Amino acid sequence: MIVELRNVSVRYILGDFKDIGIKEFVVRKLLGNYKVREFWAVNDVSFSLEKGDLLGIIGTNGAGKSTLLKVITGIMVPTKGQALVKGDVAALLELGSGFDGDLTVKENTYLRGAMLGYTRAFMNEMYEDIIAFAELEEFQDRPFKQLSSGMKSRLGFSIACLVNPDILILDEVLAVGDAAFRKKSEQKMMEIINSGVTTILVSHSLEQVRRLCNKVLWLDKGKQVAFGEAKEICNRYEEFLKKK
Amino acid sequence: MLEGFKKHIEKLKKRRFLFEELVKRDFKKKYKRTVLGVAWSMLAPLLTLLVMAVVFTQFFGRSTPHYIIYMFAGNLVFFYYREATGGGMRALVDNAGIFSKINVPKYMFLFSKNVSALINFLLTMVIFLTFVAIDGIAFSFKFFMLVYPVVCLLVFNIGLGLILSALYLFFKDTQYLYDLFTLMVMYLSAIFYPIDSFPNYLQQLFYINPVFVYITYFRTIVIHNTVPSLSYHLLCAFYALLVLLIGSYIYKKYNYKFLYYV
Repeated sequence: MIVELRNVSVRYILGDFKDIGIKEFVVRKLLGNYKVREFWAVNDVSFSLEKGDLLGIIGTNGAGKSTLLKVITGIMVPTKGQALVKGDVAALLELGSGFDGDLTVKENTYLRGAMLGYTRAFMNEMYEDIIAFAELEEFQDRPFKQLSSGMKSRLGFSIACLVNPDILILDEVLAVGDAAFRKKSEQKMMEIINSGVTTILVSHSLEQVRRLCNKVLWLDKGKQVAFGEAKEICNRYEEFLKKK
Repeated sequence: MLEGFKKHIEKLKKRRFLFEELVKRDFKKKYKRTVLGVAWSMLAPLLTLLVMAVVFTQFFGRSTPHYIIYMFAGNLVFFYYREATGGGMRALVDNAGIFSKINVPKYMFLFSKNVSALINFLLTMVIFLTFVAIDGIAFSFKFFMLVYPVVCLLVFNIGLGLILSALYLFFKDTQYLYDLFTLMVMYLSAIFYPIDSFPNYLQQLFYINPVFVYITYFRTIVIHNTVPSLSYHLLCAFYALLVLLIGSYIYKKYNYKFLYYV
């Protein structure tokens, strides 16, 4: 067992606390009319994966897919339940975000590498390759904010793909950059997937899930509808979408 | 056992790399790669000092020995405190875009902010010591004891940063309230006035303010060439550790919770 989720639930809290500020919060708390609403984005999800599994997570918008991925990556702690993850996780979530617009491309590359847990020696060694893969050789000393959004995602992808993780998490990333880069990135992705890592893939393309995944988790409004063999669940999901 | 030790070393190496890159980023962003940028951060306390000297020497200058140094010590410590805690407060909010996408230890952002503030402080301290020399105060080995309040301040600032950064994630008006608070701390830290003229029991009350305690340590060493008592050292450490303890508790309890609030 490399990934195991036991009754994982995540609760978001909705309210106006961010707008009212601390003074108003204290006053309302004292008066007893401070109220928040709860919202379970992920509700009682359990599944487990073996080494080499390729899991596709499907579901309509707002099903809780991204929140669940954040739990597996360790970014979020589940409100209830347990998430056991063994090994290094490489998560490719929203690739172009989280960079610093004022720093140069080179500085951002090193900073991102450091955040992903690489060492400086490793980055020195790989830097040329990263830039070459992202096709940003001429932009190395430009401020990051001058890049197009496609270029930003390309850089994010190139840095994140370097490692040989035990678990790879992909959130709609097989749609990065222009057609040529997409082909290149998908090739790279398949290379990593085929090396035997455990992969979790969120995709709205059912065709892609059918083609790649051996297991599927279907979520709807945070609840687990089904988990199991890819083919059977994909067929059921297709039926479900037709009825809607 | 050896394997585990190796892994630990590897992890520390990675953390150090992240730490260095974050400090570099904070510096570059703050000074925008300009020469005046670094100079400015040292000039700001000097200009404040100049204004204070012009205004207050008239009132307190005659009764206080080495009045310029007295004020400079106050400004030096207070500016450091204000910069480190103010930056610490914003450390999590400013980087929320990063750690809601990547799994990084959040306290790193706070630590790096504190280290860049510390470097700034040490640069200003060089100017301070130059002023001390110009004012005709002889340097002595006791000056090395100044490391002690600096370490206490660092711990104190990190602790307060842990508290404030968590609060600021939930409440946006923390910033304004804290600005108000630091203003009060400034007036209560006896930066530009001596406290001798207050009645004894009021003088004691000043020691409730940790910033005043650290400023006084500086003044005792530099102006009076005296090492404070052991109990005074304990008081310094007590404030630093108390705030760090509360800060760590709050950080541990709330640092991942704000992701639930949308």
